[in-house]
Amino acid sequence: MSAVARAIVEPGFFENGPVQIALAVSAVVSLVVSALGVITVIRGQAFAGHSLADIGAAGGSGALLVGVGPLWGFFLLALAGAGAMELVGADRRRSRDLATGIVLGAGLGLAALFLYLDSRLANASGATSTILFGSIFAISSATIPVVIAVGAAALTLIAAIYRPLLLSSLSRDLAAARGVRVRLVGGLYLAALAAAVALSCLATGAILSTALLIGPAAGALRLTRRPGMAVIVSAAIAIASSCVGVLLAYDSYYWPPAGHGWPASFFIVVLTVLAYLAASAFASRTRRAA
Amino acid sequence: MTAGRATTAGEGVPPGGEEVLRVDGVSVTIDTREILRGVTFSLAAGELVGLIGANGAGKTTLLRVILGLATANVGTVVIDGAARTRPGASIGYVPQKFELDPDMPLRARDLVALGIDGERYGLTLPSRARRERVRSALRAVGAEHLAQARVGELSGGEQQRVLIAHALVRGPRLLLLDEPLANLDLSAAQEVVALLGRLTRERQVAVLISAHDINPLLPVMDRVLYLANGRAAVGTTDEVVRADSLSALYGHHVDVLRLHGRVLVVAGPGDASGVDITLGDHGDGEALELHE
Repeated sequence: MSAVARAIVEPGFFENGPVQIALAVSAVVSLVVSALGVITVIRGQAFAGHSLADIGAAGGSGALLVGVGPLWGFFLLALAGAGAMELVGADRRRSRDLATGIVLGAGLGLAALFLYLDSRLANASGATSTILFGSIFAISSATIPVVIAVGAAALTLIAAIYRPLLLSSLSRDLAAARGVRVRLVGGLYLAALAAAVALSCLATGAILSTALLIGPAAGALRLTRRPGMAVIVSAAIAIASSCVGVLLAYDSYYWPPAGHGWPASFFIVVLTVLAYLAASAFASRTRRAA
Repeated sequence: MTAGRATTAGEGVPPGGEEVLRVDGVSVTIDTREILRGVTFSLAAGELVGLIGANGAGKTTLLRVILGLATANVGTVVIDGAARTRPGASIGYVPQKFELDPDMPLRARDLVALGIDGERYGLTLPSRARRERVRSALRAVGAEHLAQARVGELSGGEQQRVLIAHALVRGPRLLLLDEPLANLDLSAAQEVVALLGRLTRERQVAVLISAHDINPLLPVMDRVLYLANGRAAVGTTDEVVRADSLSALYGHHVDVLRLHGRVLVVAGPGDASGVDITLGDHGDGEALELHE
């Protein structure tokens, strides 16, 4: 390895167990989350995605309290939140916003309680940081098959409902008139979104999970005019951001303050934002030229 | 002459061609408000009918009943000989204008392709046959050159063309359009109207177009279905858009003026309770328009 490459990739990066797990998890998570993100941006439901993450935080912190892996908590409560949103009503934009806001408030309230109890009772002092901001290097290898299974289920579900979902995202009336069960399709999408958000919470923490959901998708939508291609570009941006983020976090062990390292989720979020800005700049330049 | 008589079977039957749609005695009441009362008419292949009425006259409700999205309290809808009880893809439908974001990653050809089988689950592989169907639908509406453009970046008239291609790609026998001319400038509206007239004849589809202004449709319309106070009058423009039949329909005296080939409906003197006259600007002049 040349000196330059050694400076970029610090020694031991690819041999390190937690790093290997972090890379595998972040690649799988990025693929699933960014694909769901494209649909979420098309449907204008970024706010729903964020509030599912917030209620997921309650699940993750509650799971630590009872001694279960946080992914299950993230997933179960995000799914419950999706169900609650669907029940409160998603027919009109305003009631959808209200339903989302109520779920978000309830989620953060529960998370505040559970995180407090985690730190007092369960003796999990790092819980707050893990749940809210993620600890990708602290994931156990046993989690990988679960991550792959949940991710595969979410992608399969979205592929199955892709066309009716796209049609009803364009116009409820148009879809309903063709016999699409708009509510069913919307509910299934929310279930897939809950799964994706749970994965995103695991990788970057509940607070930052929205960045991985929306950032790469928003960047991709500036660059391509085809829905399928948008998913591919979004996935590429997300996978690159998260893997490079993990690498930088590993390298940052040697950065000041030396011996501590910077959080991976910080790098991942910064990279997705930079990717979005670059995509925007590129898109407006080529559009002006056209 | 009463509005009830104007909707009797004799005048509700189309002048020729095979019957595609039959609406029989449809009444719709939502809460306690009567939206439609005993609407009866039929539509034949190759016929274009304008569904005319002010905002709130029940045009959209009638279209929703035909589509199977709303249920009639009384009456039936029969399409191609079969009762319509639930939505399905056999009707071509262009909904009222909906917002398409310019950043939406959807090309005109993607939107038309959703017209082929957008309601089905699972993924499809692209095929030459699908591409050819999409291309020929776009060609039919004169929008082949827009195939690669993002739908959100098209003009209002171009978007309507693409939506019409989406509605026609599967070759339906019945095409419903809800206010396709709203928000279009005069020349774009004329182009869309001419296109719809041509498609009706060439493809022998039965076409029902809702509009609040009758004038843009006059050049292509075979008959008019005039809605007011939830009741309908059906017939040729000369039969229906007349002072006596429209006065009966509105339950109030109205005058019908014909001016340079345009039709103006004006509230007459006397008690105009329930009838509200507003001045409407339709781009090429001013017309008095009746609102309920």
